[in-house]
Amino acid sequence: MSLQATAAPAAVRLPRWLVPAGVAALFVAAYLVFKGTGTLPHDKEAPQFLAITDLREWIDANRNSSPVFLYFVNYIRIYVGELYTALYVALTSLGWPGLIGVMGGLGWLAGGWRVGLAAVAGFGSFAVLGLWDESVLTLTLVVAAVLLSLLVGMPLGVWAGRSPRLRRLVTPALDVMQIMPTFAYLAPLVLFFQIGPIAGIVATMIYSIPPAIRITALAIEQVSPTAVEASASLGATRWQTLRKVYLPLGRSTMALAVNQTIMMALSMVVIAALIAAPGLGDIIIRGLSRAQVGIMLPAGIAIVVMAVVLDRITMAAARRGPHDRIGRARLLGAAAPAVLGLAGTAVLPAQYPEDWSVRFVTQVNEAVRWAETNWYPVTAFVKDVTSAVLLNPLEGLLTSAPWWLVAAAVLTVGWWAGGVRPALTALGCLLAIALLGVWEHAMSTLSMVLVAVVFTLAAGLLLGVAAARRPRFSAVQRPILDAAQTMPSFVYLLPALALFESTKFTAIFASVIYSIPPVVRLVEDGIRGVPETVVEAATAAGSTPRQLLWKVQLPMARRAIMLAANQGIVMTLAMVVIGGMVGAGALGYDVITGFSQRSDFGMGFAAGVATVLLGVMLDRITTARRSS
Amino acid sequence: MRVAPERPSIDPAGIKVTGLWKIFGPRAERVLAGEDRNLDPEELRRRTGCTAAVRDVSFEVRPGEMFVVMGLSGSGKSTLVRCLTRLVEPTAGEISIGGEDVVRASPAQLRELRRHRVSMVFQHFGLLPHRRVIDNVAYGLEIQGKPKAARRERARQILALVGLDGHADSYPDQLSGGMQQRVGLARALAVDPEVMLFDEPFSALDPLIRRDMQAEVVRLHREVGKTMVFITHDLSEALKLGERIAIMRAGAIVQLGTPEELVGAPADDYVADFVRDVPRSEVLSLRWICRDPEPGESLEGPELPAHTVIKDAVPVAAASAQPIRVVDGEKLVGVVDRVDILGSLAPAPAVPEKAPA
Amino acid sequence: MRMRLLAGFLVLGMSVAGCGGAKVDTAPQTGAPTAGSAPASSAAGTVKIAINPWVGYEASANVVAYLLKNELGYQVEMPELKEQVAWEGFETGTVDVIIENWGHEDLKKKFIEEKKVAVEAGSTGNKGVIGWYVPKWMADKYPDITDWKNLNKYADLFKTSESGDKGALLFGDPSYVSNEEALIKNLKLNFKVVTGGSEAALIKSAQQAQEQKKPLLFYFWDPHWLFSKIELVRVKLPPYTPGCDADPKKVACDYPELDLDKIVSKKFADTGGKAYELVKNFSWTNEDQNQVALDINNGTDPQEAAKKWIEANPAKWQAWIPK
Repeated sequence: MSLQATAAPAAVRLPRWLVPAGVAALFVAAYLVFKGTGTLPHDKEAPQFLAITDLREWIDANRNSSPVFLYFVNYIRIYVGELYTALYVALTSLGWPGLIGVMGGLGWLAGGWRVGLAAVAGFGSFAVLGLWDESVLTLTLVVAAVLLSLLVGMPLGVWAGRSPRLRRLVTPALDVMQIMPTFAYLAPLVLFFQIGPIAGIVATMIYSIPPAIRITALAIEQVSPTAVEASASLGATRWQTLRKVYLPLGRSTMALAVNQTIMMALSMVVIAALIAAPGLGDIIIRGLSRAQVGIMLPAGIAIVVMAVVLDRITMAAARRGPHDRIGRARLLGAAAPAVLGLAGTAVLPAQYPEDWSVRFVTQVNEAVRWAETNWYPVTAFVKDVTSAVLLNPLEGLLTSAPWWLVAAAVLTVGWWAGGVRPALTALGCLLAIALLGVWEHAMSTLSMVLVAVVFTLAAGLLLGVAAARRPRFSAVQRPILDAAQTMPSFVYLLPALALFESTKFTAIFASVIYSIPPVVRLVEDGIRGVPETVVEAATAAGSTPRQLLWKVQLPMARRAIMLAANQGIVMTLAMVVIGGMVGAGALGYDVITGFSQRSDFGMGFAAGVATVLLGVMLDRITTARRSS
Repeated sequence: MRVAPERPSIDPAGIKVTGLWKIFGPRAERVLAGEDRNLDPEELRRRTGCTAAVRDVSFEVRPGEMFVVMGLSGSGKSTLVRCLTRLVEPTAGEISIGGEDVVRASPAQLRELRRHRVSMVFQHFGLLPHRRVIDNVAYGLEIQGKPKAARRERARQILALVGLDGHADSYPDQLSGGMQQRVGLARALAVDPEVMLFDEPFSALDPLIRRDMQAEVVRLHREVGKTMVFITHDLSEALKLGERIAIMRAGAIVQLGTPEELVGAPADDYVADFVRDVPRSEVLSLRWICRDPEPGESLEGPELPAHTVIKDAVPVAAASAQPIRVVDGEKLVGVVDRVDILGSLAPAPAVPEKAPA
Repeated sequence: MRMRLLAGFLVLGMSVAGCGGAKVDTAPQTGAPTAGSAPASSAAGTVKIAINPWVGYEASANVVAYLLKNELGYQVEMPELKEQVAWEGFETGTVDVIIENWGHEDLKKKFIEEKKVAVEAGSTGNKGVIGWYVPKWMADKYPDITDWKNLNKYADLFKTSESGDKGALLFGDPSYVSNEEALIKNLKLNFKVVTGGSEAALIKSAQQAQEQKKPLLFYFWDPHWLFSKIELVRVKLPPYTPGCDADPKKVACDYPELDLDKIVSKKFADTGGKAYELVKNFSWTNEDQNQVALDINNGTDPQEAAKKWIEANPAKWQAWIPK
């Protein structure tokens, strides 16, 4: 748009496509001329990496002498460690029947017998899957991280909800945190907290704190200003107003904050297995390193089940009306499974007997092997065609183009799509990536993201439009999307790995299925959000359904679709990076290498930072320009 | 309709406001200190980014009076009423309620003032949805730290007063809008304040319910005899309730007077335009239309006091061929005949008249 | 992560701590409160054996774990940790035992000599060597391919969709000991390291390469059960001389043959009692390990695979049990 603005004063009115086409031609010409020059090939021993590795060595050596550690970091370690131990002892001392019963009771209390039953069945399944200990460890980590998130996040959120100034301060930080791929959190934490569950908890806490702050602030903001004023007019102190008005009135939204925090934490805690946080994630890593879906699947199921149960319980709590009271019947009902479970702990064996659990590792492995051999022609075809037609050419283009040409292209696209400031931010990110010494791998990752985004948007638009136009289709699709969105990202690696083994395409496939649900949802909501009256008017004017879609609904849903694209890109990036574990290479692999090879820590760290920069860059470019 | 306090529960306090300013925006103080304060609102916003919601407002409310502030939306009336207890912090000016300096009150003093002396009823009720009606009404007492039994007892009495017995254990969202506002009213009454502030309390209600509620306020005013400041954008409501009415425009009071004075002698075109459609015969008294008897005119007609509303004089005039003699006590003020009365039923003249001395 | 507190820290609170600061103490300190990886339910007898991601390692670990559990009554935790991460676990308390260590002289220097948090616990009896391999059919068809000098000649054969216009050298788990990047650079090979991501990917590719006569050059190691299933031929790199791999950037020689050994945490060595004795005594042959590893790879539960070997070889393991 800005480009057209510069062209506008010309006396002869040029066709609209001319300027973009001309610019594109210019880039193509520049590429052909300068191809292969000004590239920044990857060097594992780049001085930047070595400097960071040295820093880590220094920190390791000074962990017990530097005041930053003595008086700050080590305290956090100690307290978080204590919390973790205490929670673990508390949860395990309930015994497996006790914990199942207590969860059932909590579910019943929050949402009635259905939720209670779901909780019992869900937690029972952990034992049946033979993953009880791992599940409890994961739960411990989640609870610890969520407690800490809420402890810090809720007061901050309340504060931000009441102080626009603080809110302006924290919002950009939260924005960046939310587009940061999960992987990027790990390296800095290892730097300060070494490996293990404590680093895992802190990483998880940092990852899951944005919704705690953001949604709490929203809850506070949403509280009826008149109610607040009424309270103030009666002479309430700030504390009284907070306790008697803000908190009760914001309660259900804050329950949503808890819900979101838990969901984020659960998704991160699994990834924290990479820095030796124990639990279900450990099993997934084990499966990944043996390329056995059979090992991963039960753990994947357990994670999803845990997500669903915790989601149900907290959502039920969030849905309660402002003055719903918990009746005596429900209280008794809730007490029943808890008491029963605790009684069970006294009677039943302390360890869930192994022969009561169902194991299907071998069967799953065989099924996967069967699929691999029998579907091989199809999956290999899809994989090879995508690699040959899209991925490799694009990667070749990005890695062989001079860095300044790529930067210029990003600047141009950013300018065209978002305006001057986003374009400059994007450029800054790109240059920082170059300075970090991970240019080539960043370009590889970028090419994978772009390919994945093409698939994601195509599928997302198709499904979203279909759902918006056919309520019945939507009714079928919604619960699937709901379930998909509660699934931690790691779980998406499973089907991808089962179908495509370890290649770049595997990561692309995983990111596509990971990021489709929100895209579909946003597109559907956007199209549905077109005002009824407009649709009526267009129909009255004799539009066919197709015309209605192309000329009315899609253009009017443009903002939602832009948002969908933005979300799709950010999520795709997060997953492509995780895909480093299943053959995607590039930045994600660098991050993993950084954790597993001490001498490559610096490279992993730089790659982690680069993923953040890449995320910010893509986000800035695709954030729809404010309507002026 | 205007009723003097009969049974005041405590001594109502008067309100005195002098030179009150409220300017919203980044550099309010500087605007106030400079010449910019005299700019018109549009210009002020353009130049300084500030909005002057209340501009140099002064008035006095007598103890026990029902004082109405009327204006269209954006005229600053809601800001004005919030300034009175510093729910909105005034930029400049003096406010005293019952002799207490509000502007210079410490936070603790201000809280005491709000807790015990002044309470407020809001347009959107501002009830707490998670509390039962009774606990909403008792909220102010709870804030004061009154024990539960005592505050519930008091809340029950007040609920009876506003006609909500039997709804104590309902939740606000189970009540109609009118009933919710009765709860709001009860909450304000429960702390037994000297002054009650009403911020457009009925504008969110249906017309019929609004009428009931207006009658309710009139009744309460008579029964409890509080000083009341009532904000409204509805002229007929203002005329119905107000002993005196202040008309606000762009943050300033353009006219302050009794309903008769506003209708009979609008201070400028703005007010005149406002009151044009008011049925003058229902507001004005005979004093406003009587004239000196013409030479030879009969003075044998019936006699009516000067404060008789014109409408009420119609049957008398219809029954008598002679002009009505308008008297103030023993003194003859003037006469009106059928023609004069008919003339007064017509819409207000475009040019404001002079108020009688 | 196991952490010890300054003695009495929690009792005395911040006041004391404020003077001294909190140290993450790594010196052995019996009876100190732990904030460990899996806070042990019965802390007295828990042994944490790190699991490195290859099946031979898993075989050794599971045999030792089985004996610890069933013969000595210990509890065993087996956290999945990469090699170097496991070494760090000695310091943080996440790990008591690494049952099969491949060299790692740098780590030995750091954690054993400098930080003094780990000690060597003797050889596993296994000889280990890493190398580059091609399937037998390739060595038959292109006899000179087994010398690195001729690799560039055949680079085209090894191209894949992942390696672009260079030959692919398939690598395994990112945590494995690796000189591949440096070797390619320093030997000026027209190859690119392609990461399969796991041992399983290497095995699968090797099997396919032999069965379907597909070209493959890959990173692999001995001892491995795979050698008993398919024939693989090692590519000769410039011979190893002591010190030729000192600078990881300048490595241009083959991997050395290693005496695989066991490393345990200092604390475990001091307080591990019979468990430590068992770990120290553990020693078996490459054939022993391959038997168990093959079973695990074929889908047998590792515990079952270990049990099978133990039942079949009582004489061997009974020698390990401390008296």
